[in-house]
Amino acid sequence: MPLTKKDFFGLRDMSADDIRYILGTAETMKYILNQKTKKTPHLQGKSVIMLFYEQSARAKLAYELAAQHLSANVIDMTNSVHSIEKESLQDMGQLIDQMGADFIILRHSMAGAPRLLADCVEASVINAGDGFNENPGQSLLDLLTIKEQKGGFEGLKVAIIGDLLHSRVSKSNIWGLTKLGAEVCVSGPPTLLLPDVEKFGVNVYYDAREAVNNADVILTTRMRLETQDKTFLPSLDEYKRFFRIDENLLRYAKKDAIVMHPGPIQRGIEISPGVIDGKQCIINDQIANSVAVRMAMFYILSQVGGAWR
Amino acid sequence: MKTILKNCRLVGTTHEKEMLWDIYVENGIIEKIGQNLEQEGAKVLDVGGHMVLPGLIDMHCNICDPGHEYIEDIATVSRAALRGGFTTITCEPNTSPAIDNKTVVEYIVSKSKENSLVNIHPYGSMSIGCEGKEMAEIGEMYDAGIVGISDGDEFTDSASFLRNVMVYTKMFDLPVITHCEDRWLSGVGVMNEGYTAACLGLTGMPREAEEVIVARNLILAERTGARLHLAHISTKGSVQLIREAKGRGVSVTSETCPHYFILTEEAIGDYDTLAKVNPPLRTREDVDAILEGIADGTIDVIASGHSPTNMTEKEREFDTAAYGISSLETAFALSYTHLVKTGIITLEKLVHMMSVKPAEILKLYNKGMILEGKDADIIVVDFQESRRIDPIHFASKAKFSPFAEEEVRGKVLYTMVGGKLLH
Repeated sequence: MPLTKKDFFGLRDMSADDIRYILGTAETMKYILNQKTKKTPHLQGKSVIMLFYEQSARAKLAYELAAQHLSANVIDMTNSVHSIEKESLQDMGQLIDQMGADFIILRHSMAGAPRLLADCVEASVINAGDGFNENPGQSLLDLLTIKEQKGGFEGLKVAIIGDLLHSRVSKSNIWGLTKLGAEVCVSGPPTLLLPDVEKFGVNVYYDAREAVNNADVILTTRMRLETQDKTFLPSLDEYKRFFRIDENLLRYAKKDAIVMHPGPIQRGIEISPGVIDGKQCIINDQIANSVAVRMAMFYILSQVGGAWR
Repeated sequence: MKTILKNCRLVGTTHEKEMLWDIYVENGIIEKIGQNLEQEGAKVLDVGGHMVLPGLIDMHCNICDPGHEYIEDIATVSRAALRGGFTTITCEPNTSPAIDNKTVVEYIVSKSKENSLVNIHPYGSMSIGCEGKEMAEIGEMYDAGIVGISDGDEFTDSASFLRNVMVYTKMFDLPVITHCEDRWLSGVGVMNEGYTAACLGLTGMPREAEEVIVARNLILAERTGARLHLAHISTKGSVQLIREAKGRGVSVTSETCPHYFILTEEAIGDYDTLAKVNPPLRTREDVDAILEGIADGTIDVIASGHSPTNMTEKEREFDTAAYGISSLETAFALSYTHLVKTGIITLEKLVHMMSVKPAEILKLYNKGMILEGKDADIIVVDFQESRRIDPIHFASKAKFSPFAEEEVRGKVLYTMVGGKLLH
């Protein structure tokens, strides 16, 4: 088994084998999800703490369902976190650890917070999104979806369009896709691309048509209104004009290209309504995979991590 | 009090360097330098042929006293200085209250006399509260003993204000010391902007945040004729700008700190907050340019950049962790190890950058050289023995360093301040 660390921080730390192993395990988990009774005993007697310093609907739901399918006890601390925000992350970690928790699912507004927490707890820490850094769970479900649709990653051309600066899942995807041998092309408003983005081993285009040209997969990002500082981008209307995935732009991609979005989507901004409802847009498959991937993450960590001890 | 230091190999002097000299010190003054000196009633210390240097002068140091004595105070900072070979340190005006009036200057001067083992010379803030808006009473502070005017490592947004300060300060011939950072550009950044920051998901401070202000301040100094001193320079672009400005005769001096010519942003690794400093650690290209600037004289001074903070403020998320480095006790040995041992500059030049030149800029005319008639601020250094940097045993209250465990040469054996052997 390739993965030996107790925590999941992101795809930057993972090898291609690690990623393939998680995706393979997730495929097994999908069998379980297709059973009438979606329950396995793998995490029986273990507890999973949801520690979300940022709001989340879908990620939390996916982690909770995944943990419950594996028979873990799940406790959501999100509400208590907001009332005692002043307590340091390490102290919070100590508190959870001393109560004997096995997994902590952390979402935090600051990059690197999961490492800080992991260093002072026995429990396995899963990064459910840290600042503008990574979101491995969301990325792995994207990768699983791509693998299912396209069979593999070697030689695949993947375009990532939108706000890469504030999108942690896009960064995880860049790490993952480049490691797995896909060709990655990125496009978006230049102010919203990562600094030195070309050093990540991707091709950079200001013209979305060039990035999308002949692509097998098109990944879009959230254009988050809260990060749409007016000094980065004049308006979402102007964004739409150049970067929205619509029928015109899609024409440049391969005929069987798939279009994905991490959600929540703003209809008509990142992707046109026609494309969202068309058969190339596979957002629903992504969502369906989100639980399987989290189950795989839990399962693998339960074999190596703090929970196993 | 009379002391004779015997068998000294002198650096930072006009005396013959190959010979062994005796130094006779009386009442805090170097009375005589010669051979086989003897004096009745004098304490004799045989330094056994070790190097004897003028005491180092630190042009960039935060002492946190008054206001944040739990982080550092005058007594602890002075012990740290002694250990590091600094016999004179300055004090950034960003204390609490800020050094923006003569009362605070007098407080520091008098408290230093009581509690400090080394000489402490405060800088005055150019503005009230280091806010860069209203001019502080520079003349009153000058009379009370400040040796420079500084922005306290704050951003002076208004070029017009800074220009007025430069013009006004000419009447006292004080150096105007500026921290170069355009906060509009550095924004919420916490490390150098670029690939490393992008990998870590941390927001970057672009190099142009420093360079834009370096350029602005150089132009203002050129027009006003003020004596500009640029603090802790960290980028290649800044070095180029300063080199060009010096080439056309602008009266500017500049400084850097050991971490800017030794470490790169890679030192942050996986969010190591001990490497979080402001200006941020840059890239190899910048480090090389700083080294070049040191070698060709574009950079005049090496300062410690001592900016203590307490460990609780470091053991945090990188975004909210405090900036700072505890460097009084490491600056000289690191500089020697990375500049002199590597052959980039001579020991003579290093002493020039850490003692002679600071004395000249700050107009401390009795310091910075080992000559008859100068203050007896002297250090004896063993350059042979190597040691490991061990922050736990720092005299500073800030017992941490990104250089922990690093092997360095240059152990300060004795420190004499004003004729008194203190370390």
